[in-house]
Amino acid sequence: MTEAEDRDQPAISFQNVTRAFPQKGGAGDVLALDDISLEVPAGTITGIIGRSGAGKSTLLRLVNGLERPSRGKVLVAGQDVGTATGAALRDIRRKVGMIFQHFNLLSSRTVAGNIGLPLEIAGTPRAEIAPRVDDLIRLVGLDAQRDRYPAELSGGQKQRVGIARALATRPRVLLSDEATSALDPDTTRQVLALLRDINRELGLTILLITHEMAVVRDVCDHVAVIEGGRIVESGPTYGVFSRPDHPTTRSFLKGVTDVALPGFVASRMQPQPQGPDAQAIMQITFTGQNATTPMLSRMTVECGIETNILAGAIEEIGPNPFGSLIVSLPHQRLQEARGFLAEYGMITEELGYVG
Amino acid sequence: MSANMIQLLWVSTLQTLYMVGVAALVGTLIGGPLGIFLATSRRGELLSAPNTNRVLGLVVNIARSVPFIILVVSIIPFTRWLVGTSIGTTAAIVPLTIAAAPFIARLVETSIREVDSGLIEAARAMGATPFQIVRKVLVPEAMPGIVLGLTLAVVSLIGYSAMVGAVGGKGLGDLGIRYGYQRFMPDVMLIVVVIMVVLVQFVQSLGEWIAARFDKRAPRNRGR
Repeated sequence: MTEAEDRDQPAISFQNVTRAFPQKGGAGDVLALDDISLEVPAGTITGIIGRSGAGKSTLLRLVNGLERPSRGKVLVAGQDVGTATGAALRDIRRKVGMIFQHFNLLSSRTVAGNIGLPLEIAGTPRAEIAPRVDDLIRLVGLDAQRDRYPAELSGGQKQRVGIARALATRPRVLLSDEATSALDPDTTRQVLALLRDINRELGLTILLITHEMAVVRDVCDHVAVIEGGRIVESGPTYGVFSRPDHPTTRSFLKGVTDVALPGFVASRMQPQPQGPDAQAIMQITFTGQNATTPMLSRMTVECGIETNILAGAIEEIGPNPFGSLIVSLPHQRLQEARGFLAEYGMITEELGYVG
Repeated sequence: MSANMIQLLWVSTLQTLYMVGVAALVGTLIGGPLGIFLATSRRGELLSAPNTNRVLGLVVNIARSVPFIILVVSIIPFTRWLVGTSIGTTAAIVPLTIAAAPFIARLVETSIREVDSGLIEAARAMGATPFQIVRKVLVPEAMPGIVLGLTLAVVSLIGYSAMVGAVGGKGLGDLGIRYGYQRFMPDVMLIVVVIMVVLVQFVQSLGEWIAARFDKRAPRNRGR
């Protein structure tokens, strides 16, 4: 198979995958994964977000054969992982690196020793291991910690060792199992930036699972939301963030893209306008290039509708700005304003009325 | 104390060291792999073989529940078949080894089972074979615990070796009984006890020192 063909096919493909766990006492099976179909495009960072017990961990472990599908197929670079055994399975595993929430480093080995472990396992000659380990140590910026033991490292440094170790055998795919969940926000950002760099520089496909929407926002090109063993929503991160369909997605987005209504407004809000002077409260979601155009000023100029900004935030999802504003305006003009904004591809939502 | 008695104490000490040393070595060669297998053959583990595991576990438990002095005399035919005689210091090594091996197996098993299962998962994800996981992950990670377990086993063997006088095993314990007790020589008894205390202390300190050298789990001042 040529490199060009490799590019076209998805790096990972789940085809109608079901994973059932028999229950104790023979009370029937529990479906951890229920008929999942998902493609992870080569060279992307794809995030799977879900609550604990949603099945995301099982889904991730199907990719390197730590879990087996009960039904359906899991293909990694065209190879069927689900049916591979013995040497064939070990061969696939060497093409798939994995990093873990709790790092899973050997306490008895130094940084260099841990990074060299997968190479020793793959039977790489000793003389080739040392220079490869040095390259990886430089890549993750741990030159000064080369001969330290994991117990002497910070959480962020441990995860860097984990990443270097996962990359040692030059895999095509990197699996990340809640890799930043045990880290503080600053360290999380650094580790995510490192993953992003690796994805760009090495063209590595990354599949990560997380329960934090902020992780998806910061690094993922694609996202799939999993709930009760099913994928309830998936697509490019930007699309899912700007137009979340499923309630689970919305609840994950709370606190990441949501702006909070100020208390003095929230407490006076009514479902219907209570008089001629009542103000409508409206949430506007800006996406794409619209996020940076002064739409509200334009609406004032072109339609003569004056708005009052109550709350707002602009964030970045990957390279794209993403904004959310809550404004008030005379309720009689609400429909007109929504129509105007919709023409420019903005999403508006009526929240209620004040006064 | 006569020069003769000093000579006897010295020879007895060497006999004890010889019996304990060989029994610990052979016991480790048998008990070590057995312990690793007991730990990894449980249901759902690396080499999952629950039936074999149960049988071996039962054998180990039986061997461990027989009182040592009964073990010594009950295996006399086996000892004679193995080393050609059932009497003497070399013959005494056989029951000592048979007592040590299952004990060491359980100690090794416990240490191996304490290794974080996440490390096994990581190694499997790297494409490691079960044998590689044992050699490169389980044993190195369990080493501090294994060394402390072996220390405990050697200390127990020093105690057991005092009982093999029953089959002419000689050594310090036998000397203490025959001279100190049966010939009313309390000074000999005292010296025997002191030598054994020193031996145990030395073994314990050595074991802890080696275990600490293997243990990289806690950060400490590494002289830099």
